[in-house]
Amino acid sequence: MKSEITIKTVRCKGCGICVAFCPKAVLALSELGKVQVVNKEACIACGQCELRCPDYAIFVDKEAAK
Amino acid sequence: MMERSFERYFRQNHLPHLWCPGCGNGIAMKAIVQAIEQKGFSQDNTVIVSGIGCSSRASGYMDFDTLHTAHGRAIPFATGIKLANPDLNVVVITGDGDCTAIGGNHFIHGCRRNVDLTVIMFNNNIYGMTGGQASPTTPIGAKATTAPYGSVDRTFDACELAEAAGATYVARSTAFHVMHMTNMIAAGLDNKGFSFIEAMVQCPTAFGRKNRMGGPADMMKWMRDHAVMKAAWDKLPQEKREGKFPIGCFLQTEAIDYDTAYDQVIERAGGAEK
Repeated sequence: MKSEITIKTVRCKGCGICVAFCPKAVLALSELGKVQVVNKEACIACGQCELRCPDYAIFVDKEAAK
Repeated sequence: MMERSFERYFRQNHLPHLWCPGCGNGIAMKAIVQAIEQKGFSQDNTVIVSGIGCSSRASGYMDFDTLHTAHGRAIPFATGIKLANPDLNVVVITGDGDCTAIGGNHFIHGCRRNVDLTVIMFNNNIYGMTGGQASPTTPIGAKATTAPYGSVDRTFDACELAEAAGATYVARSTAFHVMHMTNMIAAGLDNKGFSFIEAMVQCPTAFGRKNRMGGPADMMKWMRDHAVMKAAWDKLPQEKREGKFPIGCFLQTEAIDYDTAYDQVIERAGGAEK
């Protein structure tokens, strides 16, 4: 599944909720304590991260089939 | 990326909000705006009223006509707004301390009058903003700065309180069950009368840390593992209910609402010129 993950870094506080709820370990916290994508290929665009992000910092879209 | 439609209900220049990392209030606030969007309310006919506390900061981030009022007094302010202009949709955002302690009387009498309001209480089990004092919803035995050896006060169940006081719609949801929370709030917005929704949210800073509950994600997993849907809860034997709590819609009933009752009074008194 192709997906597009958008992160609004200024909003991210690094609480780690998205990292904990990602079923495919796509996300991790960076050295600066902000969320980053470490394994984009594994993303299944389930949107669990976006659903529970308390800071509205991460968005997942299904990429249109080409 | 397509900008999400709920973003237009936020005051973008006030984001990011000042709640702690991992605070559940942000999740509940999004559930509210999504419920409002679902119901198709406009920003011009919806009023958000809040009291004082972490939860009540929400009114400052939401792009409606908003009122940030005195501690515990959000419901009286909202009642005034609703009576002055019954066409408005009035939503009250309050916290557990604001609603059941400082504003406890206003809350029960709001329920009793059945004013057409939708009250969403963010329950984080603690007074977060003032430094983690025990609130009426702090679970018995849980630690707080004012209860270092565990709280001995018995816990308020705000939903049962609202039911007993006469609210016509009562529901509970948690920050883990985001879609469910949105639906519970949306049904509350539909109800003509006093609607009460308890939104369980995690407070990792004041409550979670003191009670060794782990990080915000661990607290949400605790909610996932301990919340039981109403239908399943009703079938659950007493001994299995220990430590768990029900979520869902507990009460939906019909009763005359305060606006209609007041219109009848005006009628009886000879009518007013429109």
